[in-house]
Amino acid sequence: MAQAIRFHLNGQDVTVQAPHDQSLLDCLRSTCGLKATRLGCGLGQCGACKVLLGDRAVAACDTPMEAVAGQHVTTLEGLGTRAAPHPLQTAFFEVQAMQCGFCTSGMIMTAAALLRRNPHPSQDDIRRALDDNLCRCGIHNRVVQAVARAAG
Amino acid sequence: MDPASLPDAVKAHPRLGQWLDIGTDGGVRAYSGKVDIGQGISHALRLIVAEELCLPPQRIEMQPASTRCSPDEAVTSGSLSVQHSGAALRCAAAHMRETCRHTLALRHGVAPDAVTLAEGVFRVDGQGLAVDYAALVDAQMLAGAIDPAHGRMAQDAAACHRDSQRPDIAAKVFGEFTFIQDMELPGMCHGRVFRPRTLTAELDPTAAQRLVERLRTSDGILAVPCDGVLIGVIALSEYALARAARQVARAEASDGLWSGRADVPTADGVVAWLKSQPLESSVVLERADGGVSDGTERGTLYRAEYDRAYLQHASVGLCCAIGQWTGGGQDLAVWSHSQGIFNLRRDLALAFGVREAQVQVSHAEGAGCYGHNGADDVAFDAAWLARAALGRPVRALWSRADEMGQAPMGPAMAVAIEARVGPDGVLQSWQQDVWSQGHGTRPGRGATPSLLGAWQTASPFPVPLAVNAALAAGGGSQRNAVPPYDIASLRVLNHRVLAMPLRVSALRALGAHANVFAAESFMDEIAAQQSMDPLAFRLAQLQRAEDARAVAVLTEVARLADWGGSRPATEGWGRGLAYARYKNTGAYCAVVVELVVQASVRLQRIWIAADMGRVVHPDGARNQLEGGAIQAASWTLCEAAQFDPSGIRSTDWESYPILRFRDVPQVQIALLERPDHASVGAGECTAGPVAGAIANAIADATGIRMRSMPFTAERLMQQALAQADG
Repeated sequence: MAQAIRFHLNGQDVTVQAPHDQSLLDCLRSTCGLKATRLGCGLGQCGACKVLLGDRAVAACDTPMEAVAGQHVTTLEGLGTRAAPHPLQTAFFEVQAMQCGFCTSGMIMTAAALLRRNPHPSQDDIRRALDDNLCRCGIHNRVVQAVARAAG
Repeated sequence: MDPASLPDAVKAHPRLGQWLDIGTDGGVRAYSGKVDIGQGISHALRLIVAEELCLPPQRIEMQPASTRCSPDEAVTSGSLSVQHSGAALRCAAAHMRETCRHTLALRHGVAPDAVTLAEGVFRVDGQGLAVDYAALVDAQMLAGAIDPAHGRMAQDAAACHRDSQRPDIAAKVFGEFTFIQDMELPGMCHGRVFRPRTLTAELDPTAAQRLVERLRTSDGILAVPCDGVLIGVIALSEYALARAARQVARAEASDGLWSGRADVPTADGVVAWLKSQPLESSVVLERADGGVSDGTERGTLYRAEYDRAYLQHASVGLCCAIGQWTGGGQDLAVWSHSQGIFNLRRDLALAFGVREAQVQVSHAEGAGCYGHNGADDVAFDAAWLARAALGRPVRALWSRADEMGQAPMGPAMAVAIEARVGPDGVLQSWQQDVWSQGHGTRPGRGATPSLLGAWQTASPFPVPLAVNAALAAGGGSQRNAVPPYDIASLRVLNHRVLAMPLRVSALRALGAHANVFAAESFMDEIAAQQSMDPLAFRLAQLQRAEDARAVAVLTEVARLADWGGSRPATEGWGRGLAYARYKNTGAYCAVVVELVVQASVRLQRIWIAADMGRVVHPDGARNQLEGGAIQAASWTLCEAAQFDPSGIRSTDWESYPILRFRDVPQVQIALLERPDHASVGAGECTAGPVAGAIANAIADATGIRMRSMPFTAERLMQQALAQADG
């Protein structure tokens, strides 16, 4: 049965009708039309669907809608815009920190959570924080460089 | 005009309008048959056109590839896009530029060299007028054949935009980019094909019937088409489809929907299995006295064998396609992230019994692609499902388990080398034997479709055996089986395994990964026996004039890595070197790896020196070199597909681990630019040298000689014990 779930999405109050076993990822992509959060495994293993739940980065594929009620959810679309970019978005562009870019959204959101709890992370901190985000193109070093640059 | 100097793609598509025309905003539209598969190739092609036309890159609009309007350039593979499509577009753009110049010169009664060009604007000396491409290009010019005999004109302003940035990257960081997985068409529904995990399995009709009846009455399900061993589900939403998938999984677990065992090797018996299958042996290269020993030569004979495991593509994205039948079920439109849209069109037409002209395939970007993955197969799935959707578009998306368990694997390989070294430390003879299945089952090349689903319907097409391309076309398992050194007597044999219990096909670099690993490990083994430095031993075999570019990359990487410098006291520290010229005709690449071996191998740094001729987009080239190196390091250290007679068992990221952020070493790259040499690709040339350099660094650190990839902690321990016993 669907239930009404109210939460804060990218700074807006929203209420969605969510079936009881719907994931946050499916709700974001199918119900809310926000496609920047991507499905990579559906098993919580690859990090492609990381979003912010409060200040924490979570795998949206592995987060049931019940857990979202009343919470603040931030996706890549809500992090910044071309007019007012988040420092991570600027840095990823400047470093050209991607090849295919499919896993980029999850990496930026994971890094955003890191910078909220640790504004000046070391290289090791960055690598540790991103260790659950998989990349097959081999872009890791540029991503670490971009996160370090965003941290200033 | 010399017709021989025309790029092959221009010979096949000789009209200017097949490559370039004018867009509605007055900019230039460029058409290529090569597609973006995560490597950013369209930007490199854009820069080539911009450079030839003296236009800013943002005035060049790269058109998405489609069988409707793009030149057929077969498959985006083999590090050939800049080499092939780039050469064609360069030729077309130079032709457009010079034809425009002549048109304007004629119009004003001046010589062509009185017409100058800067920033896309032509001017006639001494006259005030300025004319752009849009004002000069007309239908007649576009219909004309491309003349390759156009050089640069000295009077033009040189345009250099090689440091410009890929425009898709901004869209991707702001969440604006639409991957194929994000596309939505009006009326689109969501489908999946459920299928067995081996190629020979059969469906239990009773269990299937029970399941199908349950699915047909489930909420949100539009249709449940069945054919052969395939069970399809078309749903109104991804949510309904996910619920159906759970029903199928439960039915499979309780009733066992499919049964059928594959005759696969055991995990530690792959090499013996490869050698014991029916083989098609062929001579790749033979020269001088054939390398067959009569026992009378002076010098020392060495022999060793190497191998690699089956590998998986393991892209982070899932294969996806959209299919739609229109015109009363006569015409098929497909959106796909295939590497070869024309080849896919051909096989879809074969599979569905329609003419090629009835099928249109449009490319849409997917996640990174590193060889023949499931992109073409999921396009079949979408088209097959859409037949039951009454004209509505159907989006098919594979699951993670499909991605890992249904796509072809990169073939396992065994390589044996025997070589003789003279008393002067120079290689006299070298014999290399390669055992592997073929490295290609791509669509578009056989008499029947090479699409997974087409082998699984009630009237199935035969499963083709994997083949190798001819060496002149890059080869398959024999790619880089010929060592790059000056050796008087050379004999290289390829033994193609004529069995395919589980699917195999092309994975990035094909045979080059294992062949270069074997040859470069062997070079170090011989150097150690000869008490020679690995770099000096290689340079001793590279004394010909044509070896200068090889020597240059080796010397440069040695300089970068301070080869021969002092060794840190860190326990388990080591470094290794390796070299290859990709395909023996492409990029020259030398690599040094520094690592520390404790219980497992930890990579510290990789240095790469590469010569790819004329470099179009240095940042893109560096990105490809580094990405290729890191992926190859992952194959070499971590990766081996797991399977048993029921199919592939490594179907998620826990059972198939890849290199992670904490494992990735620092990478430093030197590009040896050769503007006077043709451009060659960057994406695959590091794979073999990285594998060889890692093996050599482990031997340098520990004395343990790893001859079997991957070098996991367990294998490292086994080899240490084996060497201690031996």
